[in-house]
Amino acid sequence: MKENSVGLTSTKYFKLKGPFTLENQEHLDDVTIAYETYGELDSGKNNAVLVCHALSGDAHAAGFHAGANKPGWWEIMIGPGKAIDTNKYFVICTNILGGCMGTTGPASINKKTGKPYGLRFPVITIGDMVNAQKALLDSLAITRLLTVIGGSIGGMQALEWSVRYPQMVFSAIPLATTQRHSALAIAFNEVARQSIMADPNWHNGDYYEAQKPDLGLAVARMVGHITYLSDEAMRNKFGRRLQNKKDFSFNFDADFQVESYLRYQGKKFVERFDANSFLYITKAADYFDLARQPVSDPNNLTFANAGAKYLVVSFTSDWLYPTRESKTMVKAMKKNSLDVSFCEITAPWGHDAFLLENKRLDTLVSGFLVRMSQEITDAF
Amino acid sequence: MRFDLEVISSWIKPGSRVLDLGCGTGDLLYHLKNFRDVKTTGIDFEETNISRCVDLGLSVIQGDINEEVQDYADHAFDYVILSRTLQQVYEPGKLLKDLLRIGDKVVVSFPNFSHWSCRLQIFLQGRTPTTNQLPYTWYNSPNIRVITLKDFRSFVKDSGFKIIKEAAINTQKEDLHGNVIHLLPNLRATYGIFLIGH
Repeated sequence: MKENSVGLTSTKYFKLKGPFTLENQEHLDDVTIAYETYGELDSGKNNAVLVCHALSGDAHAAGFHAGANKPGWWEIMIGPGKAIDTNKYFVICTNILGGCMGTTGPASINKKTGKPYGLRFPVITIGDMVNAQKALLDSLAITRLLTVIGGSIGGMQALEWSVRYPQMVFSAIPLATTQRHSALAIAFNEVARQSIMADPNWHNGDYYEAQKPDLGLAVARMVGHITYLSDEAMRNKFGRRLQNKKDFSFNFDADFQVESYLRYQGKKFVERFDANSFLYITKAADYFDLARQPVSDPNNLTFANAGAKYLVVSFTSDWLYPTRESKTMVKAMKKNSLDVSFCEITAPWGHDAFLLENKRLDTLVSGFLVRMSQEITDAF
Repeated sequence: MRFDLEVISSWIKPGSRVLDLGCGTGDLLYHLKNFRDVKTTGIDFEETNISRCVDLGLSVIQGDINEEVQDYADHAFDYVILSRTLQQVYEPGKLLKDLLRIGDKVVVSFPNFSHWSCRLQIFLQGRTPTTNQLPYTWYNSPNIRVITLKDFRSFVKDSGFKIIKEAAINTQKEDLHGNVIHLLPNLRATYGIFLIGH
């Protein structure tokens, strides 16, 4: 076991009592939420940090599962002495609704039919994911969050939390994200979804007892990976270098390293991810537009309800959720007289930068959390 | 803390709301927040400065001051501070107007170009002056404007605003120490500091 790690962890499961009402007014019965926690909740219950994962993440954010060599997806950020210091904070991470890592999603069994939901799973929103997390926190008797933090789709959840449950959210840290999904981002998601749905094994989502639409999902992941990198990152990482060969093959094998990389990422992904979950989660991201929330009040200004203090971070080479989109939310926060800090981190790795080791990001997150801990204690 | 920042700090009423434009590494804001109970916000262009400020527990925004000030509501601050930055501002008249929209009062400080050492360098050597306060040569200077205390007074008057308070200061030793000047300020001051209101 490595130092500065929360060590051995395991995923827990919470079963919601009663039907869960979604934003589209449909109901889900038997919702299960997979989650992990690290650290201890303090007596004043002022140190809870909710970590929200992005498209393909899960509840296992830090530490090691029994027998595993690979740590949780944000091991570099969460642990004793790290930016999200588990000696100080009580960290909660859930698998999002619609996911396929333990929380109810399209691959889960629909008790009414005894079969996986497939496309009978209702279309969900970022707001529904947040409501599911809220139900879990209620069961844990957590009434206040020191912060909600996440990157990408995780950042959308952090923003959504702050406007949906303003009394509960003391601060929020949206990283590499947007308050409203752009045409560019929707376009990439649509290409990815079309790739899945065009796979003959997809069968309108009913593939759970047969061959899975692995090829479609792999291509979807390849599209995603292009958007997570940047022109500069690809030039540095691959250039036009060939993969294990001295000359072109003059056929359609993966000649270039970048081709080989994308194929590998696609192949690896299908082993752990459900194609229908990919459809539902990307759709939720496409629907995300904070200005529309809550749906009952369409005239509501973005952040007019919010009371959280924010740390917004963007990365220079992120072209999926570029800095200008972070600046749009900072502008709206300022107009609503909210306490906001904003930093654009110089990083060549593209959108993925928020998941990579980054001293600057560590300093920002840890410094902001220390201030929040002080201010939450002063406030309550 | 630098002497000019000490003077500025002494002008800020405890418990007020302050915006510092070009806040750098946050020295002034840190002092105001922790010793004068001020609600602080900073804006700076440099990523490293932003990171340092957040680490100090300050609320700061990375961006261009001319753009960032547009987003705040009228009277969002009791004071807006523009310290040692005016000489780099492209449209000072427009900026001052913006600042007196979002802030009730504005503190402006700038290096005094009519200091005797500047005058002597032009008069005796015929060279563009370089001093401790204006260390750049003409070809690498970020300062696009030269300002004297007298010039600034008439600028404020012409802009339709009022000077509430002013201090001409003479600084030494990397500006850490200094004194307020009363006799012949336009000739002897290294910096001018002005409190401006409606």
